[in-house]
Amino acid sequence: MKWGACVLLNLTDTPDIKKPTREHPLIALVGNPNAGKTSLFNALTGANQKVGNYPGVTVEKVSGWLNLEGKRAEIIDVPGLYSLSAISTDEEVAIDALLEEGSQPDLLVFVLDASNLERNLFLFSQLSEADLNVVVALTLTDVVKRELGEIDLVALTKHLGCEVVPVVAHKGEGVKELQQAVLRALEDPRVLDLDVGFPKIITDSADRIVEKVNRWGVDMRPKEARCVLLDDQCTTGDRFRDIPEIWSVVEEERKVVFGQHAQPKTIDAQSRYAWANKVKRDSYIPPSVPRGRTKTERIDAIITHRFWGVVVFLLIMYGVFQSIYTFAAPFMDLIDAGKSLLADAVGGLLEGTPAIQSLVVDGIIEGIGSVVIFLPQIMILFFFISVLEGTGYLARAAFLMDRLLGWCGLNGRAFIPLLSSFACAIPGIMAARVMPDQRSRMMTILVAPLMSCSARLPVYVLLIGAVIEPKFGPVWAGVSLFFMHFIGLAVAIPVVMILNKGWFKGKRLPFMMELPKYQWPRWKDVLITVVSRAKVFLVTAGTIIFAMTIIIWALLYFPRGDVNLYEKEWVAQGNVVSDEAEFEHYSEFRQREDSILGRFGRTIEPVFKPAGFDWRLTTAILAAFPAREVVVPAMGILFDTGGDVDETSPSLKKSIQAAKWPDGSQLMTPWTAVSLMVFFALCCQCMATLAAIRRETNSWKWAWFSFGYMTALAYILSVAIQQIGKLFA
Amino acid sequence: MAERVLTPKDLKKGMKARVLTVDETDELCPRLLELGLTPGIEFEVIKVAPLGDPIEIDVRGYKLCVRRSEVGCLRLVELD
Repeated sequence: MKWGACVLLNLTDTPDIKKPTREHPLIALVGNPNAGKTSLFNALTGANQKVGNYPGVTVEKVSGWLNLEGKRAEIIDVPGLYSLSAISTDEEVAIDALLEEGSQPDLLVFVLDASNLERNLFLFSQLSEADLNVVVALTLTDVVKRELGEIDLVALTKHLGCEVVPVVAHKGEGVKELQQAVLRALEDPRVLDLDVGFPKIITDSADRIVEKVNRWGVDMRPKEARCVLLDDQCTTGDRFRDIPEIWSVVEEERKVVFGQHAQPKTIDAQSRYAWANKVKRDSYIPPSVPRGRTKTERIDAIITHRFWGVVVFLLIMYGVFQSIYTFAAPFMDLIDAGKSLLADAVGGLLEGTPAIQSLVVDGIIEGIGSVVIFLPQIMILFFFISVLEGTGYLARAAFLMDRLLGWCGLNGRAFIPLLSSFACAIPGIMAARVMPDQRSRMMTILVAPLMSCSARLPVYVLLIGAVIEPKFGPVWAGVSLFFMHFIGLAVAIPVVMILNKGWFKGKRLPFMMELPKYQWPRWKDVLITVVSRAKVFLVTAGTIIFAMTIIIWALLYFPRGDVNLYEKEWVAQGNVVSDEAEFEHYSEFRQREDSILGRFGRTIEPVFKPAGFDWRLTTAILAAFPAREVVVPAMGILFDTGGDVDETSPSLKKSIQAAKWPDGSQLMTPWTAVSLMVFFALCCQCMATLAAIRRETNSWKWAWFSFGYMTALAYILSVAIQQIGKLFA
Repeated sequence: MAERVLTPKDLKKGMKARVLTVDETDELCPRLLELGLTPGIEFEVIKVAPLGDPIEIDVRGYKLCVRRSEVGCLRLVELD
């Protein structure tokens, strides 16, 4: 046996825990945040991972398969924990995954950060009492060697009472040894039972509880008694929860032991930390020469400096934003070009069957295109997030930004998701997972779509160019463009405050977190993150986006109008049939008007009339649901200039300026233009966003909630603007 | 040695402090205990964020970042 320490195992008297029978053993990887859990998980499973969701919550479940000399075992990467008393949903889920009766794992691989033994051992001491089979993977030993000295493995193993295997996951060192230790522990399961040494007054009291309770025929062990004595919420005490007699005995003992000034939790933590501190002192061999400042401290002198820290932060954020905004563009253009090429090629083959041609080209190929188009931004953003998180910078960014975002109820970590949303809400919403708890994640996801994404820009450019600039000049055009980017942010603040106060009741989660040691990014981990995010998006959000594209296509395509009738109308208006391009536009426009969506737009025109929108604007907004960028071509068709236009086309600008209501009044007054832009800025008219929210919150409820509240906000504000405008007119 | 009692507002960069007691009635207290801020422990304020909050402290050999409002349940004294 390599570490020669298993002989020291302290076996319990009652290892009669009901172990579930499984075809393949289940292993849980558990540890403190920043202990190197994910890196180890990647080293153990490679790309062989599955990303799902824990039922009913937004917490992601990552699992994979481990090959142990021909024997297969499932391994789950449990969210990081500081202790077994949960204060967030994520921690609750993690604890349930470890302790819930009937689903306990067969083996726990405890990831122990060697450079931070004391705090990591606190959690270890709690888990060591939960009747689990444990192997310890000792990580960050390279950091210890560099900065703190040496680890005495024999001493550490002796204290912990189970196998301890040092690993350097990103180099693959120790991974094989860990697998062998895992196999040994699975074949010869032992229950870890550690005694951290509580004060005598506590253990005596626990013994008295056990004695009384056992007399009633209830089987309770001393450690269980101690646990309930020191903590009401103690998980090991759960099975006594509904026996009130036991709790009155415990209450009595508490009075005896603690008197008036009950400090049970303090005693519990102090005892565990006293043990952890002793283990640390025994297992570190301090360096012969005292070291100066560590590398991390030297880097932090600049990175979190009051002034330079902010400069570095701004530079990094500028870089990230530029990358998703600018560097993704050529890839997106490439995807677009590929889509057109494919559409032309396939469209040519299907010339004879126009319905199928349109389904394939405008439905299927368009649908696939509108999914794949998001990949460059998602992959670039997650590349940066993964690098920033892996190096330890993300925690620093949160440290710098917390005050700025914290006052209205967000979290310092919300900065990256919200900033990214100015390029596109899809990667922004997905980036909300950098938030360690469900509540802040939820809040960030719900306001992220309010940030003005790049797909809204063409509408601003078109309307400002067609209405604002000719009337008020370039200065006001610039001001209004700035204002449009600002309004979402301004609206988000009260929304967060309301959600924070009214919606997400319950206790506010603390910001407390470790500032981890700086490390080089591990490129393998970065790659796995990028690929797995892309995969998750394609599989879950992608299918929804694809399906909705097909539905919107059908709503615009059916029912088919009568071309002969359109031709008659065309001639009756005094036009000549030979002007083919013009007639093409007209027939396209009439087809839109007669389609299901067009009729729907006409039907609900009265609803949008107070905001100043006629059926054409309404239909264009509806048609933009699959992707905001189609709103300009849709307006092109509806304003009779054909779909082949962009936001700077003079023909489209002209026909928008000339558009009239049936009573002859001007459609696009400056007030209507502002009202339309505000509507577009605030509404959630983007099904990809909804699909992403559905994916990340694991529920349609929040997707519809976002759609509902944003549409309501957009509607109310644009009606208000239009009506105020009327007062002035 | 005169020990000065500190409130979270008093914590400044470079200051060293010792935890006297932890108020268990506070909802954030269990987490502070779990993170190692137990009575008797000493820590140093490493840094204060640009806007004055949160602060970074060195406790039990690691760096912890907390908002000032979150350490209100600790009774602290300043160390020289």
